[in-house]
Amino acid sequence: MSANFYYGVEVFLNGLMTGVMYSLVALGFVLIFKASGIFNYAQGVMALFAALTLVGFQNGQIPFAHLINAIFGTDLHHFGWQMPTFLAIFFTLLVMILFAYIVEKYVLQHLVNQEPIILFMATIGLAYFMEGFGDLMWGSDVKKMDVGIPQGGNLWLEESTAFLGGEDFFGFYVDNLDIWAAIFAAILVTSLVMFSQYTKTGRALRAVADDHQAALSVGISLRTIWVIVWSISGFVALVAGIMWGSKSGVQFSLSLIALKALPVLMLGGFTSIPGAIIGGLIVGVGEKMFEFLIGAPFLGGATENWFAYMLALLFLVFRPQGLFGEKIIERV
Amino acid sequence: MLYREAGDFKTTYAKDQQTFPIAFDRRGYFLTLIIAFLVVPFLVNDYWLNAILLPFLIYSIAAMGLNILTGYCGQVSLGSGGFMAVGAYASYKLMTSFPDLNMIIVVLLSGGITALVGGLFGLPSLRIKGFYLAVVTLAAQFFLVWLFNKVPWFYNYSASGQISAPEREILGYAVTGANVLPWVSYLFCLSFVFVLAWGARNLTRGANGRKWMAIRDMDIAAEIIGVDPLKTKLTAFAVSSFYIGVAGALLFSVYLGAVEVGEAFGISKSFLILFMVIIGGLGSIFGSFAGAAFMVLMPVLLKNIMVGQFGWAIDLAAHFEFVIVGGLIVFFLIVEPHGFAQLWSIAKEKLRLWPFPH
Amino acid sequence: MKLTKIAAVLAVTTLVATPAMADLVFPSLSYRTGPYGANGIPFADGYSDYFTLVNERDNGIGGEKAKVVECETGYNTEKGVECYESTKSMGALVYQPLSTGITYQLIPKVTADGIPLHSMGYGRTSAANGKVFSNIFNYPANYWNGASIAINHILKENGGDVKGKKITLLYHNSAYGKEPIRTLEELSKKHGFKLTLIPVDHPGQEQKSQWLQIRREKPDNVIMWGWGVMNQVAIQEASNIRYPMDKFIGIWWSGSENDVIPAGDAAHGYKALGMHAVGSDFPVFDDIKKYVVDAGKAAGAGDQVGTVLYNRGMYAAMLAVEAVKTAQALHNTKAITPAMMRDGMEALDITDAKMAALGMAGFGPSFKVTCENHGGPGLGMVTQWDAKAKKWNQISEYGPSDATVINALIAEDSAAFAKENKIEERCN
Repeated sequence: MSANFYYGVEVFLNGLMTGVMYSLVALGFVLIFKASGIFNYAQGVMALFAALTLVGFQNGQIPFAHLINAIFGTDLHHFGWQMPTFLAIFFTLLVMILFAYIVEKYVLQHLVNQEPIILFMATIGLAYFMEGFGDLMWGSDVKKMDVGIPQGGNLWLEESTAFLGGEDFFGFYVDNLDIWAAIFAAILVTSLVMFSQYTKTGRALRAVADDHQAALSVGISLRTIWVIVWSISGFVALVAGIMWGSKSGVQFSLSLIALKALPVLMLGGFTSIPGAIIGGLIVGVGEKMFEFLIGAPFLGGATENWFAYMLALLFLVFRPQGLFGEKIIERV
Repeated sequence: MLYREAGDFKTTYAKDQQTFPIAFDRRGYFLTLIIAFLVVPFLVNDYWLNAILLPFLIYSIAAMGLNILTGYCGQVSLGSGGFMAVGAYASYKLMTSFPDLNMIIVVLLSGGITALVGGLFGLPSLRIKGFYLAVVTLAAQFFLVWLFNKVPWFYNYSASGQISAPEREILGYAVTGANVLPWVSYLFCLSFVFVLAWGARNLTRGANGRKWMAIRDMDIAAEIIGVDPLKTKLTAFAVSSFYIGVAGALLFSVYLGAVEVGEAFGISKSFLILFMVIIGGLGSIFGSFAGAAFMVLMPVLLKNIMVGQFGWAIDLAAHFEFVIVGGLIVFFLIVEPHGFAQLWSIAKEKLRLWPFPH
Repeated sequence: MKLTKIAAVLAVTTLVATPAMADLVFPSLSYRTGPYGANGIPFADGYSDYFTLVNERDNGIGGEKAKVVECETGYNTEKGVECYESTKSMGALVYQPLSTGITYQLIPKVTADGIPLHSMGYGRTSAANGKVFSNIFNYPANYWNGASIAINHILKENGGDVKGKKITLLYHNSAYGKEPIRTLEELSKKHGFKLTLIPVDHPGQEQKSQWLQIRREKPDNVIMWGWGVMNQVAIQEASNIRYPMDKFIGIWWSGSENDVIPAGDAAHGYKALGMHAVGSDFPVFDDIKKYVVDAGKAAGAGDQVGTVLYNRGMYAAMLAVEAVKTAQALHNTKAITPAMMRDGMEALDITDAKMAALGMAGFGPSFKVTCENHGGPGLGMVTQWDAKAKKWNQISEYGPSDATVINALIAEDSAAFAKENKIEERCN
């Protein structure tokens, strides 16, 4: 086999890994869409906000320090302690639950029964709000995300596969961070599925997803369910924020990962958790392979941004509800 | 008292069917026109023009375009930024390839080209519906931006891929380039707005508009009563793209003068225009104007209040601006999900009774 | 009803900008939010702090107070227009938009309005030709100088011979990132190296394909034209594939603390070009501490002093102040107009003695601006990141760029612009 073939395999592997990273973002969308029919554009900003909060707690930053300094003329920056990662994650989760509660109380509750497009717009408004709020609270400089996940190519894999392709090939490259992301994603999906299958709350969640009215009539509190769902997707956002933030540092651009999750959702269907994972893998592999085989050599590169959408478009023409989405039944 | 229907009798069909059947509305409309065409040009200066009036006028056209598609025909699109880019690059190519072509024709042709492209990207709408369609239009958005960034022919092989509008004149007055008089570019854009708004209003009142609305309300039922979904959806895409293309051409040539495709026509532009439509009110021409005014004015106003009046630190003000804009959007959606247009019609209902509510 | 009335009154009063004509006005089109906010903040802080320093320590420039009017653009051209129009009427002396997009857009406008524009190390490179671009300045160095300086550095490392070497340009897929391509292509013809171009789309969060390609092709050097999140991710990915960091050179916009700190120790040895000194080891910083920071007058959060981009903002402000002094001497008046400012910038002469007097000896190269040459000498140097000490070190002297290649390109590009816009050459 020529080195080129193995390069292809390497690109494929990395595509899978990137796909997992996309899926992590897409998961949060699916959870909320299933439970409340809201297409939550703020998911990306939630990832940013969660990551900012985590790093802020870890470094003992004082929230709103800049604002306080500007108003009272003080010179505050840090509490002066370093919080252990576990504790910081715990506190961040509390913040995300609080956030879920506030969103439910002040936004969602007032928008029940509105059209999906209105709800979608409201989440964009929410995204703007949180962008500014996150900046006010933690400052807008680039922060280092360090929760102890190793980064860099996996040496073991490289060394054990280097013999395959001859001179020019030095073994498959896979980032350690991506491997960890895959492990976390697997744990996350398994526990989400277990949660929704085997707990009482999980059953309630599924009931709400099936039919709001019926769920209400058997005594399930929609509001509680929504708070729970938004909290869970806040947690998913935190995981996504940690993974993406480890790569690029925690900064504004982290919120733009939402755009990467949209084609994943279209492919997988808005309502399916396995769909989000498989859609992510298809998009990841598809865009990497396209860039490798056609994009970089013939089209001058940088094709990844639109390729995923084009793929989804073609796909949807044949299957308008996505891979695992609920079949759309229309009646007159 | 002032705003009333009683006593306003129509004796012909033509009168009964006119755009503004109520006398007060009609007078208000003509008054607005007179002010816009005959008073404002004498008052306008560079700041008002470039910071407020031009963006308002141009975004109104774009919002009308998207409103035709989303508000009247029910097809949600997030590709407006990409279609504006088509208009902008079409006008650039036309301006540089045919230096003697009249600017009005350039702008209209750019709209026409965009209509073709829009129709093409509208084809999947026959199969794909709802949110899936919204996300699919993002394919147009990203692909078009990539295309204009990639193919050097579109930007005449310039070193950096920026396009700059050369100076063009109408009746001896420059309308593009750096030496434009404020009132000239104002009137140039205003004329387009006037003609296009008039067109949109009448299109949506006529057979086409009714077909669009039938498709919006329920496409299968519409098909059964004899509305051809292919033709109807594609005309909506084409007409909408024509408007958006004109807006893109004006944005580039008259307002900005130089653009970079990824920055000026990115995804955030698509969202901005959709916001205008939603905040203004779906399915309303007035709403398009109100939405555009709101989204253009509010940031400027907030900035001037926070920095200009209260003297806040600029970075705090910038962050607060995000918080306030986001908060206001959510607030408006909660208070009136049908936008300013709905508020306006509620106000009119109230006015009918005023000052004798019983 | 009352509320709406109050709002309307407020709207009218606030929309009408009230210009104050007394001081020397320096608008700062900054961005402290958005995808590039992290880079915009230190620059804006440095720019504004230097003017504060001049006001506090020297009682203004030649006795006339300087006033910085900051306006948030968010790196967005439309907000840039609003900022330009709102500050123009206040008597703005010079614009520094810190955005290639806004620069392109302002070039015709400032020329028509007679206000100078200084794009230091960014913007339209061919604006260095003062014969065509009367009001645009991009001294002391521009992108094409940067490309050439990077190649010169590689040449030096390889003993002057790069024949057959592979060099990759990793660039932000925008006007900014595309600027160096032509120059590098010319240089590759001249020196015989093989150039590969790899674009990264905005924002550049995902660069796996690009770095797998680099890993496959094993270029001898990678040059980067990145901005914002693209820098951090690229440096992280480079360390992931164990690309030798000292073979990885960024342009001056890819060489700030923000870019390397997220990658931690892995970024050690990464190189970036520079057009001014790094670090805070200059007497001027003592003054800034004394008169600005300790007095509580620092812009922003006041925690950026001495970072690379802060220094750049400060350097830009210093050049503006020196140009004002030159203009004041030239026209023999304290309160100068934008047109006089333009003359001052065109006659600017930065000498080592002047720099030493400002407490900035060796902070930047000495140079002279002329009517024909608005681009300065195009000198630059290379800095390297020391991850342990968390600081940038200057590792080379200021070196020249390849003038024959660049001047030909500048002449060609500006001639095209002149023809398109029917501009007659000046300075004859």
